Amino acid sequence: MGRAEVCILKDLCKGCGLCIHYCPRNVLEWSDEINVMGVHPPKVVNKKECTLCNFCSLICPDLAIFIKEKLDAR
Amino acid sequence: MSIAEHPLSKYLRTELMPHIWCSGCGNGIILNAFIRALDDLQIDLNKIVVVSGIGCIGRIAGYLKLDSFHTTHGRPIAVATGIKLANPQLEVVVISGDGDLFAIGGNHFIHAARRNISIKVICANNFNYGMTGGQSGPTTPPKAVTTTTPYGNIEYPFNLVHLASAAGATYVARWTTFHVGRLIASIKKMLLRRGFSFIEVVSQCPEMYGRYNKMRSALEMMEWFKRASVVADFSDPARAEITSDRIVVGEFVDAEKPTYEELLYANIAQTTIKRT
Ligand SMILES: Cc1ncc(C[n+]2csc(CCOP(=O)(O)OP(=O)(O)O)c2C)c(N)n1
Ligand SMILES: [Mg+2]
Repeated sequence: MGRAEVCILKDLCKGCGLCIHYCPRNVLEWSDEINVMGVHPPKVVNKKECTLCNFCSLICPDLAIFIKEKLDAR
Repeated sequence: MSIAEHPLSKYLRTELMPHIWCSGCGNGIILNAFIRALDDLQIDLNKIVVVSGIGCIGRIAGYLKLDSFHTTHGRPIAVATGIKLANPQLEVVVISGDGDLFAIGGNHFIHAARRNISIKVICANNFNYGMTGGQSGPTTPPKAVTTTTPYGNIEYPFNLVHLASAAGATYVARWTTFHVGRLIASIKKMLLRRGFSFIEVVSQCPEMYGRYNKMRSALEMMEWFKRASVVADFSDPARAEITSDRIVVGEFVDAEKPTYEELLYANIAQTTIKRT
């Protein structure tokens, strides 16, 4: 795989963790950084596992994550 | 990276982001789902109006970058009725809360449904009055602890899908914020049809509801929706319960019936001909 680019708008994240918890492939994990909201935004740890299911992006209440498909990577 | 880079940012007043909703609040998921439905259908933003009432979810009217009204508490359906009748070409959507639509605004809801006017109503049901401090309301489940029911709620709640279908709504569905895919499909269906349409979105309010009721985070509330939900399309809405063990979701009504605006304009045309 590895067709996906997971884009995180770090400073919009309020740290609810729904994306991390519900990713079916464990692509995301908590990061150590602290954003402007004072929370730890997620970070990508398993980019190759992303199947572009888009669920993280759909359930994000803060519109802080989206997936881009890298067409040239096929 | 800023919000401007989000593929759906054209639907948002990005200068107002981040929104005021709490971490994990279901209102954000409803906003997310709604703009995805607009995008999937490529809705002409000059042909749609969103009306909201007062409450946390009421803020959605301001966050959407299209013509919208943030009306007084309980009155979005009244305002939407005026908009729809003045210009029936417009798609008129009401997005509001359980308190706004079913407590103070309950009469507007049942009569708009009874008339089958083409207003599309999305209710964010978070079981309480979130904005004013978590008071109990018409959808608070029995025994639930809220700021005004510290010993447990002794009232019976409305079953919103049953209420809507009994009042005459021609499209009725219920989803939770966990069912985002189905929710988007349902919003799209609602935007493409005529007649009074209603979607109840069972939504998490971790700060004002969850933490008083043994669900200490948005995630714990979502886990409840995931664990307890049963999809029962076109089952009897009277039996569509919401309890700690069972949340019946699905589409309950999808029917055709002449709409109020059609009948009204036909009426006007008829009487005008007679007079001349
Ligand atoms: C006429 C009037 N009465 C009462 C209020 C106070 N008030 C503001 S929001 C609200 C309830 C909101 O609950 P809901 O519609 O469920 O929205 P939520 O905040 O839960 O999203 C109330 C009672 C008001 N603003 N105006
Ligand atoms: Mg509410």
